[in-house]
Amino acid sequence: MFNLKLIIKATTVVFLSITVSLISSVSFAKTDVRIMWYGDGETEGVAFKNQIAKFHASNPNINVIVDEVPYKAIQDTLPVQLAAGEGPDIARVTDLGGLAKYYKDLTPFLKDPSYWESSYGPFLKWYRLPGDKTSINGFQSTMTVTGPYVNKTLFEQAGVNLLGAGATWDEWAIAANKVASKLNIAIPMGWDRSGHRVAGPAISMGAKYFGADGKPKLVDSGLKTMTRMLYDWHQNGTMSKDLWGSVSGTTYHAPNEWWNNAGMVMMMSGSWQINRFSKEVGDDFDWWAVPAPCGPSACTGMPGGNALVAFNANESVGKVMDFLASKESLREFIGDVLAIPGHLDLQVDYKTDNPLAKHALETFAGAVPTIDSIAFDLQAHVDNRILFNATISRLGQAIAGEMSLEEAWVRMDKDVTKQLKEKYGN
Amino acid sequence: MFITNYKFKNQFIKIISNLFALIMNAIDLLMRPLQKIIGVRRMPYIFLLPNLIFFGLFVIIPLVVNIFFSLTGGTELYISNRDFSGLRHYQTLFDCQDYFNPNSCNEDYFWRGIYNTITFVFFQVILMIFFSLLTGVILNKNIIGRGFFRSVFFFPVLLSPVVVGLIWKWILLKNGILNAIIESNGGTAISFLTAPGLAMSSSIFVSIWAHMGFYTLIILAGLQAIPPNLYEAAEMDGTSKERTFWRITLPLLLPNLVVVFVLASIKGVQTFDEIYVLTGGGPGTATSLIVQYIYTTGFAAAGQVQNFGLAAAASMVLGLVLLVLTLIQLYIGRDKESKTQDI
Repeated sequence: MFNLKLIIKATTVVFLSITVSLISSVSFAKTDVRIMWYGDGETEGVAFKNQIAKFHASNPNINVIVDEVPYKAIQDTLPVQLAAGEGPDIARVTDLGGLAKYYKDLTPFLKDPSYWESSYGPFLKWYRLPGDKTSINGFQSTMTVTGPYVNKTLFEQAGVNLLGAGATWDEWAIAANKVASKLNIAIPMGWDRSGHRVAGPAISMGAKYFGADGKPKLVDSGLKTMTRMLYDWHQNGTMSKDLWGSVSGTTYHAPNEWWNNAGMVMMMSGSWQINRFSKEVGDDFDWWAVPAPCGPSACTGMPGGNALVAFNANESVGKVMDFLASKESLREFIGDVLAIPGHLDLQVDYKTDNPLAKHALETFAGAVPTIDSIAFDLQAHVDNRILFNATISRLGQAIAGEMSLEEAWVRMDKDVTKQLKEKYGN
Repeated sequence: MFITNYKFKNQFIKIISNLFALIMNAIDLLMRPLQKIIGVRRMPYIFLLPNLIFFGLFVIIPLVVNIFFSLTGGTELYISNRDFSGLRHYQTLFDCQDYFNPNSCNEDYFWRGIYNTITFVFFQVILMIFFSLLTGVILNKNIIGRGFFRSVFFFPVLLSPVVVGLIWKWILLKNGILNAIIESNGGTAISFLTAPGLAMSSSIFVSIWAHMGFYTLIILAGLQAIPPNLYEAAEMDGTSKERTFWRITLPLLLPNLVVVFVLASIKGVQTFDEIYVLTGGGPGTATSLIVQYIYTTGFAAAGQVQNFGLAAAASMVLGLVLLVLTLIQLYIGRDKESKTQDI
């Protein structure tokens, strides 16, 4: 029935092929390094992959696999993967302190740890757990500063003067409203829906974010002033309920769609938008970065940014990180993506002729020295997201009319206490 | 050419049948001694074993793990690293001064989710039955293009909930298609998804749109099972159409309507993805349903402490509600079955 000889021959050929392929794969074995990457717009992804291609050219034995994911996956999926003991070798993250317990110290695998200390020194502590003063877990792929943009074209058309450095949030709100009412613009002011975005202005109003004992303490008079301001702006139409109202809880929402269509006079976001605006708005209108508005205590934005951090430490991961953190590699990447470098000694030649982008880069880079020390401490704190999330979720509820602002403040503090208790068990 | 193909086909069938016979013989070799050992009466359990293994792996074990999670605290994912906390999470969920005021509850998001789910299910089920019945009755008539319309109403059922959510989001957004039409006709844009009351109404509408086809099909099957001679007799007696509907159609359709009611209620309580995509649970928490609460508490909120224990406790509560609804469905099904057997 069956041709036995043929079957034996075929089986022999199959086994031989498998053996040969196994032997060859062992002799030319490549080490895989998996990176989970998100990009703000297409440019960042392309620029990063260029760097990886260059790495491959000089390191043929290390196979870097880039999993490009949406930002939401970094926020929501990565922490669960890590908690389950899974996850990539390297990832680009923004919750720098929150994921610190999963980072691995790369020091033994780096070519020159002193380069890392001298180039990224102040930021390295953002990735360390309390008490740890030495580990090197990653580096800032870009540094960001929060701050507002205005649609300068609309200001000019409305005949309203732009405000200079030292102007307060109230003054900007009045100016934005003037422009909106003169030109019939739908939304005078829009903010990213994020507790991080609220933090800088709140610190300007006097928020401390930490108690006298150094432990997180959210609600104080400064935070109350800023959240009251945001609440009132939603009630009087300075900010549209359609933006923050389109999501709930701690969900992030950026009003780019309205901004790009010139449906908004002023947008509170940050330096990471420069590249997007260059691509998406171009020269449709003059998008103009302005200095951080002031409050009685400061005129500060929040520092931040994203870091490439290691969840696995070995020689291959060290090599990849050494390459990506090198001056040459980072200079090229930052120049491509029009960002502020989180490197202390890096001259960047930005690849843009757009004067709006150049102005925005100058404005945000110039804002770094004026960032309040509380803002740096808050950014470095391992539990900062708990504070940010409590702020935005409860403020969102108050704005939607589910509770009074006073009730929201009580809930904010309760949320922080509850979450810290669940995390630390006391 | 034909002959070659035919030969090849025959040979192929032969090989497959031989292979099948080989496997069956191998199983037989195993089963015969097994049957001798455990006896014929116990053999069905052996045949059920593969299914039971899957059921155990994907239903029973997760259920036990969930119960364990609900009784332990901390942020660790691995069971061995979690501390036993007893009924603490259940106490947190039910710690309320006034159960009708979520603001007075310790875990107010949970209670908002409960109330939103009750509102959602109440209106969605009533309207779902009404529109499914209406559509079913119309599609049961000899109208032109009946087959086409049956397909049209059933089509949304085939769509992924995420697709449904996205499509309707683009339509209902403040700067969406529907508002563009309203504004181009001189109207004012409406906040369908960002005004609390309207957001819930829009969510209910979208959910009905997405699932109505399935329930219409159940009702249509019921309508077609009603003996036509009853209608003929009514017509001969000169009964009005309204009276025929109320006295013949509706009573005979009642078992199907009850099935629709229970199934729609179960589905309604489980609703998450399409509403999450459509409104994100907002504005505030106006459309945040109980499953969204479980999801965000356990997994979703970035940087937030992932409270697996609390999420597990809430899912146990939800599981109990679904168990009650399923028991009702089983009772109705059994009742209907026994009546059929009586006939």
